[in-house]
Amino acid sequence: MEHREIVVVGGGPAGLCAALQAARLGAKVLLLEGDDRLGGQLIKQTHMFFGSEKQHAGTRGVDISAMLVKELKSMDNVEIRTNAMVIGRYDDGALTVDENDEFKLIYPEKVVFATGASEKMLMFANNDLPGVYGAGAVQTLMNVFGVMPAKKVLMVGAGNIGLIVSYQLMQAGVEIAAILDAGPQIGGYLVHASKIRRAGVPILTRHSVKEAIGTDMVEAAVITQLDESWQPIEGTEKTIECDAICLAVGLSPFADLFWQAGCEMKFIPELGGHVPSRDENMETSIEGIYLAGDVGGIEEASAAMVEGYLAGLNAAVSLGYGLAEAEGLRADLKDQLNDLRSGPVGDKIRSGLAKLQDD
Amino acid sequence: MRLEEHPILKFDRGPRVTIYFEGKPIVAYEGETVAAALHAAGVYHLSDSQEQHRPRGFFCAIGQCSSCMMVVDGMPNVKTCIVKVKDGMSVQVQRGKGDLGWSIEK
Repeated sequence: MEHREIVVVGGGPAGLCAALQAARLGAKVLLLEGDDRLGGQLIKQTHMFFGSEKQHAGTRGVDISAMLVKELKSMDNVEIRTNAMVIGRYDDGALTVDENDEFKLIYPEKVVFATGASEKMLMFANNDLPGVYGAGAVQTLMNVFGVMPAKKVLMVGAGNIGLIVSYQLMQAGVEIAAILDAGPQIGGYLVHASKIRRAGVPILTRHSVKEAIGTDMVEAAVITQLDESWQPIEGTEKTIECDAICLAVGLSPFADLFWQAGCEMKFIPELGGHVPSRDENMETSIEGIYLAGDVGGIEEASAAMVEGYLAGLNAAVSLGYGLAEAEGLRADLKDQLNDLRSGPVGDKIRSGLAKLQDD
Repeated sequence: MRLEEHPILKFDRGPRVTIYFEGKPIVAYEGETVAAALHAAGVYHLSDSQEQHRPRGFFCAIGQCSSCMMVVDGMPNVKTCIVKVKDGMSVQVQRGKGDLGWSIEK
């Protein structure tokens, strides 16, 4: 059994920043990551980030991760443990941890859950065939392990993930048969979409997959046009040859630990499903449990990082650290979040966050 | 197939090891997951669904979807998308729920 000041669960963008901010203010921090690598989704992001300088705009995700990890490792008041998966949180505050196949109990004074999200499935015939992959899985194969995911991919979803992963596939020498999106418009940034269109890849809005074809593995896909109420239009089916169908149709927050802890949860589709309620300091309905990043609502990694700084700051302040600088830092981080969520691309997240305030 | 050249990334692979898929030797590199090594070798069918025995493969790569569960060194239900290769490891397609007899013997 161990007692700790602040435990951060999850070593992705939100968790890294939460640990950093709390440690910069002097708190003693333990960072637990279930995987053997830190960085979460950042280590697969080969594109340069948007946002402002404070969120490392212009730097590739993979390099941002390396910078954050380097600073964390240089600090004496931070301990990082990988292959340490938090599997439960009990009413006495205990975290149960599976660390290198050993079972451990850790009691934190404050905890930040930054557990991220997982890929959503899409319903179509034969969607269980090998060759139907989540977009994150394709990125892992290609950008972490250097394995060619497929030869010719049909991408489903023209949000930022679908567009960016398509472009990364093209960089790795994979052909993109087409990118489909069920919505009337491309959801992702235009700058990504135009790069792909310039390379001759069709982006078909109001289209979806009807069926995967193949016996042991995807050999083709039947696509169909959708009408204004999102229903397939008969007679518009087309068969597209491909050896993979990649799904980039959204993410669901990984909120299991909040459920187990008994935090108040709300179902908010704009945020990706069930998410914990929180106050403006990123603290949940249970004192001492904070959240940051996609687990509280699906957003860009830049927002996850800022939320991480904010959660780490408030967890440290609640233990009496950094009282002098807290107010200024907090105001700056809130401004950064507001900037990131401004304009039409932030509509969805703003409306989701507003619903959090409803009773 | 493995990527050797990439415009942005450089892949630092660990030492080369051999794993055995259904008895057949497959080249892998330390640090890789079992599923990644199998994918590189063109093995996409990792398990059979329990009721209808449909082929299942790699899907989420983060140990959540259960689609990649295989029999590894005799142990069933191993999530091969997050378990790393070891030299000499034996890997088989999992058919059905898996037999836990191995744990009683060991």
